[in-house]
Amino acid sequence: MKKSVPIEPKSLEPVAGGGLLDRRLFLKQSLAMGTGAGLVLSGYDATGADLPPWMRTPGTPFSNYGQPSSYETEAIRWVSANAGAPGNGISWTPLHKLEGTITPNGLHFERHHNGVPKIDPAQHRLTLHGLVKNPLSFSVEDLLRYPLISRTCFVECGGNSNAGWHEEPIQTPVGYFHGLVSCSEWTGVPLGTILEEAGIQPEGKWLIAEGADAAAMNISIPIEKAMDDTILALYQNGERLRPENGYPMRLILPGWEAVLNVKWLRQLEIAKEPVMARNETSKYTELQSSGKARQFTFVMEAKSLITAPSPGYRMKGAGLYQISGLAWSGRGKIKRVEVSADGGKTWAEAALQEPILSKSFTRFRLPWRWDGQALILKSRATDETGYQQPERSVLVNERGRNGYFHYNAIVSWAVAQDGSISHVYA
Amino acid sequence: MSMPNPSKCPITAKTSASIIAWAALFFVTSVTAAPEGPRLGRPLTHEEVLSQSINVFPDGQGLPQGKGTATEGKALYDSQCASCHGLKGSGGSAEELQGRSPLAGDHPDKTVGNYWPYATTLFDFIRRAMPLNAPRSLSDDQVYALTAYLLTINGIIDETKELNAKSLPEIKMPNREGFVRVWPEGGS
Repeated sequence: MKKSVPIEPKSLEPVAGGGLLDRRLFLKQSLAMGTGAGLVLSGYDATGADLPPWMRTPGTPFSNYGQPSSYETEAIRWVSANAGAPGNGISWTPLHKLEGTITPNGLHFERHHNGVPKIDPAQHRLTLHGLVKNPLSFSVEDLLRYPLISRTCFVECGGNSNAGWHEEPIQTPVGYFHGLVSCSEWTGVPLGTILEEAGIQPEGKWLIAEGADAAAMNISIPIEKAMDDTILALYQNGERLRPENGYPMRLILPGWEAVLNVKWLRQLEIAKEPVMARNETSKYTELQSSGKARQFTFVMEAKSLITAPSPGYRMKGAGLYQISGLAWSGRGKIKRVEVSADGGKTWAEAALQEPILSKSFTRFRLPWRWDGQALILKSRATDETGYQQPERSVLVNERGRNGYFHYNAIVSWAVAQDGSISHVYA
Repeated sequence: MSMPNPSKCPITAKTSASIIAWAALFFVTSVTAAPEGPRLGRPLTHEEVLSQSINVFPDGQGLPQGKGTATEGKALYDSQCASCHGLKGSGGSAEELQGRSPLAGDHPDKTVGNYWPYATTLFDFIRRAMPLNAPRSLSDDQVYALTAYLLTINGIIDETKELNAKSLPEIKMPNREGFVRVWPEGGS
């Protein structure tokens, strides 16, 4: 039996309060992670009497499109729709059941205003008109012939995490109040290519985008963003867009609030001024305590969350654990994530999983030796602009509590002695 | 590309502004350098554009012909809207549409009366998206009438006032000045 490598005592010294360890610890040596290490294979029954049933009969045959294991019943979107209007609502990505940085297509969050349209791609057209030299129409087949680019980025609803404004901390798995955000590799045509073909007139400053759903959802987008990094997306994580994510085409505006990333895109009208649609006036504006509302708050600011452990998990006694979480910023790359296990008194820098991509999920991890005592876990992200995720008290003090949208404060989990985890404001 | 100096160039202010705008556009396109496509876009005729676009802007651009009053709108509202939005725009399962409570209070309802900055948005949204079970089923006259009714129950116009493409954009909503633009960042 292979003997485990002795651990250098120094590396197990905490680097911050609450038992946080050096972020490089897992890279330095193989650790004896509890009782699983040093598995003894003696006593094995050579007749096969102990074999599991799936090794005694042939498995199921091939499938045209794979599905998750039937045991993974909890890695599902949580649907929260209006009972009287089932096509108007949201479904949340189960961030607490996922690892890595890519959201599986079937778990990407949803926001629909009047259901998912079943669009025949042969009949769908994208039209460009308004302040352009050449009003144009494109079929899906046309666009598939254009030069494509791929980009991995997050898409986050401006209303994500809105329970954070509540008086009392909501008690629910983390994906079900922070999971209106997902991260995918999007492939499509740079929107600038299409806009240049139409020829934007100099006074054209805004694009009024409209979807081909039963809400004909419309919203105004500044021309600067459209020409900068906006993608007319046709593929998501390698396959054509899912219907609930905009099939056959949608806009992707990296780092900007999701309502602008119009799904089922059918029309771009170029205009001098915003159209002042319902979803940029009565919604997706943040009422402040002064009575004035912030409008056109497009960028999603830096945010981070610990996804494991998190509410719904149960710690299995004192010992070595890995803290894991997600960080992202609409302004660029995540530069640093720090974790605290003493309610914010001391912080330790977490390891960031490469590659660290701009406006994309970044996975952070940190080893932790829990001593079995009650404590408070927090994470805070800093992006490449130097912006640091604020404490909740700072954000509430600045914005008041009526804003609903753009909540990005530090999230705190209380770990109790019995191993249960709850959401707290701390 | 050098910028024209207005004090030395014998050109009109309008030409100068146009050159600056083109210079700005040149700058934007040159830094982003969107790849050239195969240029497969099919030209649209003016008629095709008109049949496509239903955007209604605050200055009234995009408003169709037609007219309506709150009296006509009330009957429509009671039969097609009240089941979700409640009688007189209040107390339903859907959005609160009526109310003038102050916005600086604790968790105020954000309604047409106290929050929506433009009356044209009502026409734009009702025409494209309402009623939820049959969008695009209302005539333009009916949309004008419903818009008039919602403005009436919020005390913004008189129930006899006729709304049309000229009168609707002239209405000044109570919260017209209630918004602060975050974009462009750093002000403009």
